[in-house]
Amino acid sequence: MYQEVILDHYKNPHGRGLRDGDAEVHHVNPTCGDEITLRVRYDGTTIADVSYEGQGCSISQASASVLNELLVGKDLPEAQKIQETFLELMQSKGRIEPDDAMEEVLEDAVAFAGVSKYPARVKCALLSWMAWKDATAQALGEAGADAERKTA
Amino acid sequence: MTELPGLLDTEAIRKDFPILDRQVHDGRKLVYLDNAATSQKPRQVLDALSEYYERYNANVHRGVHVLAEEATALYEGARDKVADFINAPSRDEVIFTKNASESLNLVANMLGWADEPYRVDHETEIVITEMEHHSNIVPWQLLAQRTGAKLKWFGLTDDGRLDLSNLDEIITEKTKIVSFVLVSNILGTVNPVEAIVRRAQEVGALVCVDASQAAPHMPLDVQALGADFVAFTGHKMCGPTGIGVLWGRQELLEDLPPFLGGGEMIETVSMHSSTYAPAPHKFEAGTPPIAQAVGLGAAIDYLDSIGMDKILAHEHALTEYAVKRLGEVPDLRIIGPSTAEDRGAAISFTLGDIHPHDVGQVLDEQGIAVRVGHHCARPVCLRYGIPATTRASFYLYSTPGEIDALVEGLEHVRNFFG
Repeated sequence: MYQEVILDHYKNPHGRGLRDGDAEVHHVNPTCGDEITLRVRYDGTTIADVSYEGQGCSISQASASVLNELLVGKDLPEAQKIQETFLELMQSKGRIEPDDAMEEVLEDAVAFAGVSKYPARVKCALLSWMAWKDATAQALGEAGADAERKTA
Repeated sequence: MTELPGLLDTEAIRKDFPILDRQVHDGRKLVYLDNAATSQKPRQVLDALSEYYERYNANVHRGVHVLAEEATALYEGARDKVADFINAPSRDEVIFTKNASESLNLVANMLGWADEPYRVDHETEIVITEMEHHSNIVPWQLLAQRTGAKLKWFGLTDDGRLDLSNLDEIITEKTKIVSFVLVSNILGTVNPVEAIVRRAQEVGALVCVDASQAAPHMPLDVQALGADFVAFTGHKMCGPTGIGVLWGRQELLEDLPPFLGGGEMIETVSMHSSTYAPAPHKFEAGTPPIAQAVGLGAAIDYLDSIGMDKILAHEHALTEYAVKRLGEVPDLRIIGPSTAEDRGAAISFTLGDIHPHDVGQVLDEQGIAVRVGHHCARPVCLRYGIPATTRASFYLYSTPGEIDALVEGLEHVRNFFG
């Protein structure tokens, strides 16, 4: 479960700290007390920045770092595809062995495949991703919803 | 093997608990240190449960057939055992619930619907403490919101004790009920009952004690406590899940109104109104957890056969040893009393900056089961400025060797995340 990639992101997080954003959300995992405050900034439908501050276990912190690395600079539909693929992997209960196609989409985030076997930890891994989705909906309003419909 | 004075013969006791032989994660020996969450069950309790279903199963207090009478005798026999176990003056003061949460909610609802002099309303106050389990916070918040009563609480000292320096300001003439935990599930603190009860009695307030972490671990005497209500649960004391107890003083149970209505709690019913059965049945609507009560009775027999005073001594010796050994782990900070004095066998701690989830996961990989999180006592975590803790908690079958395994496991955790 604790892949080297996860520990690296945990010890050296990408993009941590709060910066200016178009929307801010605060999400908590009530079962364990993990918390994240996350801001998104958009340039049109391109993700200009995802900044965050939070406390939690290595899984939740590393996941936020990977999210930042993967999503910043991406266009919304592509980011949504990554988010949905990550969600699918995390909800797989360890049954999905990531193939090359999935690895191409998820990059470092495939390291979390092992976490999906631990139901208690899946929420930790998803915390920042759910926060990002929520913040995006708030920041883009209709535009975000439109893009989401197109990719659905 | 470490020998400590006061230890029980755990080698013999552990033979009664089949689950303790389990191996996890490819052959690692299970080290079960999550007893404050739930205890394991001895063979004697498992046998009582299956024997009940195999030989006696019937609904209780109705029907005249053999099984119904035998099932009723077993269920009511369990009530006698509980009454003896807690030194209740009368068996009719023992109400079966499904857990301690239900017991505490029952008290809150009795008082919310009561007439004077018990009634909690907008002119009155409810007192709890900052170290309560959520089950002894939320029912009172609900009652306060619904009645307009004011909710007050005792704060905590830096070393994990109740701050009673403002006892007379917190408990006043307006206080109707003081509800507090006897032994904290997160801090391990054993609270000074006498001082609180004395002040509550001075102002005529009722006292409710949450004994969920006390009943399994020490002799419990409801008369000596001087409380009006005492709540606890069966599954933390070798019994099955689904059975809890509320003890209440008889005159209160006679005066206070029922909460749940239904079968079994009535005397007569017409389409216009009903009259109620005497306590405890007034508070036991519907088919009760019969097998679970029988299982709790078997658990009490088991604990009595060992002796609650001996279990207390065993856990005290283990706690002293654990506090000492954990103190040797660098960066480990105990959240709660740092000595075994007036302290139960649940020890919460933080380990440097390593999140408790990660501590628990890496310990689990070594077969060591602990609890991580805020332990349903989030205000305590807020009070000490920490997101969560790791908690190791011991019971009558726990050994010094398991504490050594925990300490070694924590060293491994530190190396892993260091």
